[in-house]
Amino acid sequence: MSTDTHAAGAHDHHHDDGHAHSTFSGYMLGFVLSVVLTAIPFWLVMSGVLPSKQITALVIMAFAVVQIVVHMVYFLHMNAKSENGWTMMALIFTIVMVVIALSGSLWVMSHLNSNMMPIHQMSGMK
Amino acid sequence: MSPDLLKLIFGRLGLESLPLHEPIVVGTFAVVALGGATLLAGLTYFRLWGYLWREWFTTVDHKRIGIMYMILGIVMLLRGFADALMMRGQQMLAFGGSEGYLNAHHYDQVFTAHGVIMIFFVAMPLVTGLMNYVVPLQIGARDVSFPFLNNFSFWMTVGGAVLVMASLFIGEFARTGWLAYPPLSNIGYSPDVGVDYYIWALQVAGVGTTLSGINLICTIVKLRCPGMTMMKMPVFTWTSLCTNILIVASFPVLTVVLALLSLDRYVGTNFFTNDFGGSPMMYVNLIWIWGHPEVYILVLPAFGIFSEVTSTFSGKRLFGYTSMVYATVVITILSYLVWLHHFFTMGSGASVNSFFGITTMIISIPTGAKMFNWLFTMYRGRIRYELPMMWTIAFMLTFVLGGMTGVLLAVPPADFVLHNSLFLIAHFHNVIIGGVVFGAFAGINYWFPKAFGFKLDVFWGKLSFWFWVVGFYLAFMPLYVLGLMGVTRRLRVFDDPSLQIWFVIAAIGAFLVFLGILSMLMQFAVSLLKREQLKDVTGDPWDARTLEWATSSPPPDYNFAFTPVVHDNDAWWDMKKRGYQRPLTGFKPIHMPSSTGTGVILAGLATAMGFGLIWYIWWLAAASFLAMLVVGIGHTFNYHRDFDIPAEDVIRTEDARTKLLAGAK
Repeated sequence: MSTDTHAAGAHDHHHDDGHAHSTFSGYMLGFVLSVVLTAIPFWLVMSGVLPSKQITALVIMAFAVVQIVVHMVYFLHMNAKSENGWTMMALIFTIVMVVIALSGSLWVMSHLNSNMMPIHQMSGMK
Repeated sequence: MSPDLLKLIFGRLGLESLPLHEPIVVGTFAVVALGGATLLAGLTYFRLWGYLWREWFTTVDHKRIGIMYMILGIVMLLRGFADALMMRGQQMLAFGGSEGYLNAHHYDQVFTAHGVIMIFFVAMPLVTGLMNYVVPLQIGARDVSFPFLNNFSFWMTVGGAVLVMASLFIGEFARTGWLAYPPLSNIGYSPDVGVDYYIWALQVAGVGTTLSGINLICTIVKLRCPGMTMMKMPVFTWTSLCTNILIVASFPVLTVVLALLSLDRYVGTNFFTNDFGGSPMMYVNLIWIWGHPEVYILVLPAFGIFSEVTSTFSGKRLFGYTSMVYATVVITILSYLVWLHHFFTMGSGASVNSFFGITTMIISIPTGAKMFNWLFTMYRGRIRYELPMMWTIAFMLTFVLGGMTGVLLAVPPADFVLHNSLFLIAHFHNVIIGGVVFGAFAGINYWFPKAFGFKLDVFWGKLSFWFWVVGFYLAFMPLYVLGLMGVTRRLRVFDDPSLQIWFVIAAIGAFLVFLGILSMLMQFAVSLLKREQLKDVTGDPWDARTLEWATSSPPPDYNFAFTPVVHDNDAWWDMKKRGYQRPLTGFKPIHMPSSTGTGVILAGLATAMGFGLIWYIWWLAAASFLAMLVVGIGHTFNYHRDFDIPAEDVIRTEDARTKLLAGAK
């Protein structure tokens, strides 16, 4: 699609403006980090070192968040300056949207669940 | 042939799927078939196929794609409006023991199809078409960022429209209402193809919409001409940017919801069933997370159009440009925080309802700020009541009314009385017709001379305007009354004869709107015949302010021979004021993208796949899916993606314009 961009854009914008290009070592570091970040949750589940399942789940989710950041930094080459800050802006917007949709849905659905689901009501009624 | 073999080849499609027992549908089919055959024969007779294929179907020019979107929108408006007339007729007649003329099976399809078509295949194409045509011109670009993707997006939208239209004659459409709430839309209650038509039409068109959103965001962010900083962009470009951000953020939600619903229907999962841990309420929740931003997707570009029109026809800079931009951005964010107001009555309780009620009321603040900006732009302006301005005035009056009934509905206790009543129907038609449709018409009348090189006829335009506006009020004010009396939506027959008079008035209103639509078609025809008288040679027929008026009407393929440089918000106005001289020499070859038929083919295959999935014709679905992969990958080996318009051609085009401009003086 890059030819299309060129064809359409009469302006002289070169493709690597603001891109942070990763190097071989950068990719390797990202790869190693992702492997480690995947291996630890596996080990946590297989060995069951943590006392409760809930804590394990939370720890795994925390690792997942770190994993996302690693992918964004090392593979998607995102930083605050790339594309004149548009990438960061898009990321913030996406996070806001996802947080609204997820937390909102959880909130709404938990209320609906406790108010409206017939089985719950049976025990609560009278 | 054995039944098994037939089933393998045709899935559940059989002769009995054709609605031969419905005289109304058969009659419609006869008319459509006759009209279609005449059209096809005409195209063949005048040898237009090659021209259409080369110059239009395969084009990657954003201007032609924009025009094709508008044509799609207007054609589908006729279909969607036919449904509206049928509903008004039915509700007018079905009193005092009369069953009306539509049976329940047919009536339920009619109101579902009306909603789906009007939102997805009328409002969306009209809005996308205007954005496609105008945005690159307003920012001084030669095309969108991804011209081929643009063509593909358009044909995917057409693919969805084709599926909806096919459902009229092959099988049936959904009978669930336009959002297809489960459990009604689940396989147990809707075992027929209707909901599958609904799902696949929206999925196919949804791909197009999402991709076109990405394309336009990228265009606005990356292809602005030198000097045009974000805060120097025309307001229409700003609202387009926000609309496309909303599209990209919200359409995936629709895609996922429909995908989950199809899993429920096709492979027996239980996401939205009543039993086995499923929850139909989750569907309602998710679809409105898409659905509420969707209404802002439609109305934001309309706000942009009104901003351009108001400042042009008042001869003044837009009042409060910065506040307009911030209001737009605030609406973009807030539109994600109000979705629950569509289902206050589902039972989330007081805390949740009050939160969403308050956010809904807050969103009327930036909208109100916009209204004042337009009023102050007009204040002490030299207002010219041309057609676009007339639509804008009608919008301002109508939309304020619709907005106020909206704030009324935002109060949860009031909503418990008015939910699903005709009051709601009147409210959202009031904002969608008053906002989006009037906006699209203002835009059509405003930019038509840019697109075709001649203005639209004023007489028929005014006739259309008055029929529409008067017809709208006659058609929907009675529905407010009926809603307050407690009449719910989607009813087919009525018991209380005292209600009939209101439905008769509404039907008269709908008929006036019908005359308005006919007048608009007449306006196009008359303008075409009188095009020499209505000709625009200057490229700037309205003495306008933004960059699209700096080039000729219609613009050359390359839009601008030299990329403009911008110093002011109203770039073209600023250029005119500073005595801008059009460059007459020094033209260079211009690098442009080439046409390609891949978009048409891919979208055709996607439509065939949708059809296969609807009818359980598995071989067709699989074959078209594979073919899509092959064509898609094959296209990556197409290296003839661009070409240069030779400098001589540019010189010839520009010289012709120089002569034209000299003749005009």
